[in-house]
Amino acid sequence: MRAYILRRLLLIIPTLFIVSLIVFTSIRLIPGSVVDYIVSSYEFQTKADLATVRHELGLDKPMLEQYGIWMGQIIVHGNLGKSMITQEPVAQDIEARWPVTVELGILALIIAQLIAIPIGIYSAIRQDSVGDFFARTFAILAISVPNFFLATLVIVFPSIWWHYMPSIKLIEFTKNPLGNLQMFIIPAIVLGISMAGLTMRMTRTMMLEVLRQDYIRTAWSKGLKERVVVLRHALKNALLPIITIIGSQIPLLVGGSVIIENIFQLPGMGQLFINAIGQRDYTLVSSVVLLYAVAIVIINLATDLTYGMLDPRVHYN
Amino acid sequence: MADTTTKIKTEKKRSGIADFFVRLIREKPMGLIGGIITVLLLVVGIFAPLLAPYGPNVMHALNPMQGPSLQFWMGTDWLGRDILSRVIYGARISLIVGLAATLIATIVEIFIGVLSGYIGGKFDLVVQRFVDAVMCFPALIILMVIISIIKPSMINIIFVLGIQMGIGGSRVIRSAVIGIKENLYIQSAVAIGAPTWDVIRRHILPNIMAPIIIEFSTRMPAVILTEASLSFLGYGIPPPSASLGALLSGSARTYMFISPWMVLWPGLVLSVVVWGVNMFGDAVRDILDPRLRGGIGRYGLSKKSIEKIKSQSNIDADVVKAD
Repeated sequence: MRAYILRRLLLIIPTLFIVSLIVFTSIRLIPGSVVDYIVSSYEFQTKADLATVRHELGLDKPMLEQYGIWMGQIIVHGNLGKSMITQEPVAQDIEARWPVTVELGILALIIAQLIAIPIGIYSAIRQDSVGDFFARTFAILAISVPNFFLATLVIVFPSIWWHYMPSIKLIEFTKNPLGNLQMFIIPAIVLGISMAGLTMRMTRTMMLEVLRQDYIRTAWSKGLKERVVVLRHALKNALLPIITIIGSQIPLLVGGSVIIENIFQLPGMGQLFINAIGQRDYTLVSSVVLLYAVAIVIINLATDLTYGMLDPRVHYN
Repeated sequence: MADTTTKIKTEKKRSGIADFFVRLIREKPMGLIGGIITVLLLVVGIFAPLLAPYGPNVMHALNPMQGPSLQFWMGTDWLGRDILSRVIYGARISLIVGLAATLIATIVEIFIGVLSGYIGGKFDLVVQRFVDAVMCFPALIILMVIISIIKPSMINIIFVLGIQMGIGGSRVIRSAVIGIKENLYIQSAVAIGAPTWDVIRRHILPNIMAPIIIEFSTRMPAVILTEASLSFLGYGIPPPSASLGALLSGSARTYMFISPWMVLWPGLVLSVVVWGVNMFGDAVRDILDPRLRGGIGRYGLSKKSIEKIKSQSNIDADVVKAD
């Protein structure tokens, strides 16, 4: 087990290196560079301005040196650099924004599991029944209806029918927990539903597979009640692969949060990212993307390790 | 028993494709509906200029923001453009991007997956680190970054989406290749000195056709959805050609509170299209993947199939049922 963890940790290093390279180079290929953006706000624009701004931002150095400086700052000082637009440290912006995204993500994940797992189990133990049919239809609908469409419906119709508008100003959890939850719950449900579909289908498939195992047959022949067979014998074994599925949905969750934050005006990382990419703020975009990637790598590793710890049959060599 | 054997024989006579359709109609009614929606999407996409009552950007300035009427079946938007026509042209974009990007993704995943899986060793290790790196970027995020670099156009979006999705999908192909690589027929082909290319073409590719087709049919709805999300965020195919996702964004978000039709229809059509392609893809997967066919057991067999077994064989099916 220890060797496995070590190997996984070592494999992360080349992955993160490639990730950082991709982020660094791609972001510097964006046409209409940040220099043009800054200079365009000057009243009088000269060629000299372009050169000064470029020099101030350190963009006149060779690429390799720029990458070295960037990485060195991150690894040695944990410093992501300054925003090219506001000159404020990027970390400041991110610090203010990440709790919103994390809260939205966790709420959405919880809601997704609350919807998906019970319905998935029901669907499996009553395979081919009317209920199963509706559950599966719901699952495919949840996957098929784009989250931005669902979110739009949730905003448009209450506003037309009851003149209800979601609050735009962020209510902080520490100041008003109830108001904060009220603000987050609807975006989280919208985001959760789109993920519930996949987990539900996975739960159903896993349950169906487990329910056909010999030990379930044994449980039945011992005369156990259905509740015991399903919950204690089958679900325990079916849940493990579902953990992996939940882990693999994190990238989807991140993409979804960009859209949902945009629609519901939640000031999270997603909004920060959209603004940054619109302004061609190199450091900010690359920092956000890098953080997303690092978070996903760590979550993937965590799910794999949890999987191994929970399932005694899994041996890592 | 004789009946059963003759039945099996006649079923064997059907070609693969005919057998597929027979099973689709018999066993997967929802898949059939999905298939019909997919075909409708194809027809609408191909014949969009003939089917759309107006051009997608023709403004009927005297009739802005109208509800559905005989003249404008889905109503008009804030500039008086016919929503039905815009939706039809939007569906055409979804179809083109969906098919083309999925095709590219399939080619990319076959290329990476077969090479990485078949060659294995250090080559596999290095390639997989790149795949890892690409996979830990959330698709939407990395697509937005790339598209803002290379300027949005339909061709660019098709290639970027296709390559990005193909790299992720190569894992499935790779494990399929690794799974069959150790088979005796491949070892013997290598032993008699068959060139690697021949081994791949003659023995590997035909044997991974099922996962390839499954990947293709389950990827297409994801591609359509991703393209719609990109367009929604303003990183899709640029105006004036409006993709279904773009119809829900921009000025539509201001005017939708007065006239919700302009976001309702495109969203609804997009959902139906993705739903249909999803259902069809699922049916394809269920039919092609033998592991997903029902087994025998309390939870495995429908009443109908128990009756079938009962009438066809000497085994007392009650034993099976009581299990």
